[in-house]
Amino acid sequence: MSLIRGTGLRKTFGDFVAVDGIDVEVAAGESFGFLGPNGAGKTSTMRMIGATSPVSGGQLRVFGMDPATHAPAIKARLGVVPQTDALDEELRVRENLLVYGRYFGLSREQVRARTGPLLEFAQLTEKTDAVVESLSGGMKRRLTIARALINEPSLLLLDEPTTGLDPQARHVLWDRLFRLKRDGVTLVLTTHYMDEAEQLCDRLVVMDRGRIVAEGSPRSLIAQHASREVLELRFDAADHAERVADVAGIAERVEVLADRLLLYVHDGDGALETVAARGVHPLSALVRRASLEDVFLRLTGRSLVE
Amino acid sequence: MSRADKQSPTARPGSPGEVALGGGSAVEDPEREVGPAPRPPGGGWRAVFGYWFAVYKRIWRSTVISSFLAPLLYLAGMGYGLGALIDSGDRTAVPGVPYVAFVATGLVAAQAMMTASAETTYNVFGAIKWLHTYDAMLVTPLRVVDLVRGHLVYVLMRLTLVAGVFVGVALALRAMDSALALVAVPAAVLGGLAFATPIYAFSATIDSEQGFNVLQRFIIMPLFLFSGTFFPLTQLPVGLQVFGWVSPLTHTVALTRALGLGPDSALWLEPWRFAVHVAYLALWAGVGYLLAVRALRRRMVV
Repeated sequence: MSLIRGTGLRKTFGDFVAVDGIDVEVAAGESFGFLGPNGAGKTSTMRMIGATSPVSGGQLRVFGMDPATHAPAIKARLGVVPQTDALDEELRVRENLLVYGRYFGLSREQVRARTGPLLEFAQLTEKTDAVVESLSGGMKRRLTIARALINEPSLLLLDEPTTGLDPQARHVLWDRLFRLKRDGVTLVLTTHYMDEAEQLCDRLVVMDRGRIVAEGSPRSLIAQHASREVLELRFDAADHAERVADVAGIAERVEVLADRLLLYVHDGDGALETVAARGVHPLSALVRRASLEDVFLRLTGRSLVE
Repeated sequence: MSRADKQSPTARPGSPGEVALGGGSAVEDPEREVGPAPRPPGGGWRAVFGYWFAVYKRIWRSTVISSFLAPLLYLAGMGYGLGALIDSGDRTAVPGVPYVAFVATGLVAAQAMMTASAETTYNVFGAIKWLHTYDAMLVTPLRVVDLVRGHLVYVLMRLTLVAGVFVGVALALRAMDSALALVAVPAAVLGGLAFATPIYAFSATIDSEQGFNVLQRFIIMPLFLFSGTFFPLTQLPVGLQVFGWVSPLTHTVALTRALGLGPDSALWLEPWRFAVHVAYLALWAGVGYLLAVRALRRRMVV
């Protein structure tokens, strides 16, 4: 059964088209991602799915219901982790869950019963009575997730869940999200980090300027739109385009960035040996596996994170 | 019944006849199968009030000075201090009413206006723009009307508290001297709501908090001075008197003064005058409420 089904979905603000007719379907138990740079229309799409922003065109069903007429019923079954935490900073951790649980019409007893397990899940048990203001960014993010789970939702929407967190905090968060996924919660998230999309998503769509430019699993997208490995070469050159001729014929495709060349190849080390054999000596060279960043670059000609 | 149901596909769950419609209605409206929960989901205005009350429990100490001490200082300074100059011996400026009683019965209304303004300006603007509290509420089953209602019920509580304490102190000081003074509390609360709802609408509309300076300087302060709080409106030129009678505060003061001074005073009102003042305030509160809901919906549902 599909939890989300959108066809020809559009969102416009006056003349500005934020989402330009996308089709999207998410099945129960899936973990689905919207990958794209800022301004691609990810957040607008999420807000429409969350029934907080009216659809401008096309059709949308969430849990089989129309957000235009059944917003409260949809929201009752959703968990939403917005981009900004929007926690009640002057209240204690425990109070945040209580106040938020009441928004769903839960009784104080119900919220109290859920608070312990949720804070344990969010690894915040010892912060139960702390004022939110005093928590670190990662803790606040985990509290926002715990709060979004207070109504035991079957579908969790996460908008840029780890933006602004340090690497360690991100890994803790990913681990928590994995656990939710294992417990059968459907995750829908937006991100402009390719590693996040690769870590968390079974399937994703790449968005650019309000449209979907590719769709598939992270692995299939890489296989389809990039090579197995990438050789990155950095030269002592003002314009790296000048050095493209030096590596002609070595790669399936060469991408010129401001500070380096990307060579899309099957065998990175082999390609590097070929380069050296030609007497070309870059300042530095790096062989890595192709990522969604490369897919995005290929599809849009631009980087994900500017 | 079935016709009525067709017209409103989201017919209130739990209404009688709902169950009996069965398959027929599911065909009309495919959403019905997975449709609304047995009760409208969400905690409604009570949950929103719960948020404001939880915040108030943490910050109430910081409101003590502006809510309780400031009006008493006004009462001491204007009522007793200035009153000593105005009243001499048996002669009082307003016949039969000591100036301190005149000021006390006006201040309770003015204080309600100040409290209403304080609670519906930065609180509303902040919840929209700075803290994203309203965003967080609106991803839950709460509706825009729940947000407005819950906030206004909180304002109602604050108004009752502030007016109640003031009247209590005024009675203890004999600045008010009538059992009916207790009824001045709900009158002041109504007068506060007549400001709270339109100011809420204003706060939900403006893009920058600069608007609050304008509100404070050009609306609240002039009304504070020229709505009969410290001197009778009749002291003003006729043009300003008209302005004064537009102000909800003038009408609130008329009510709180009549009730605070009691039926024996010269400022007691005939029943129809009571009714007119109450109706005028209710009109402001009611229209303001509708504008507030509309303004917040425009702001939040985009």
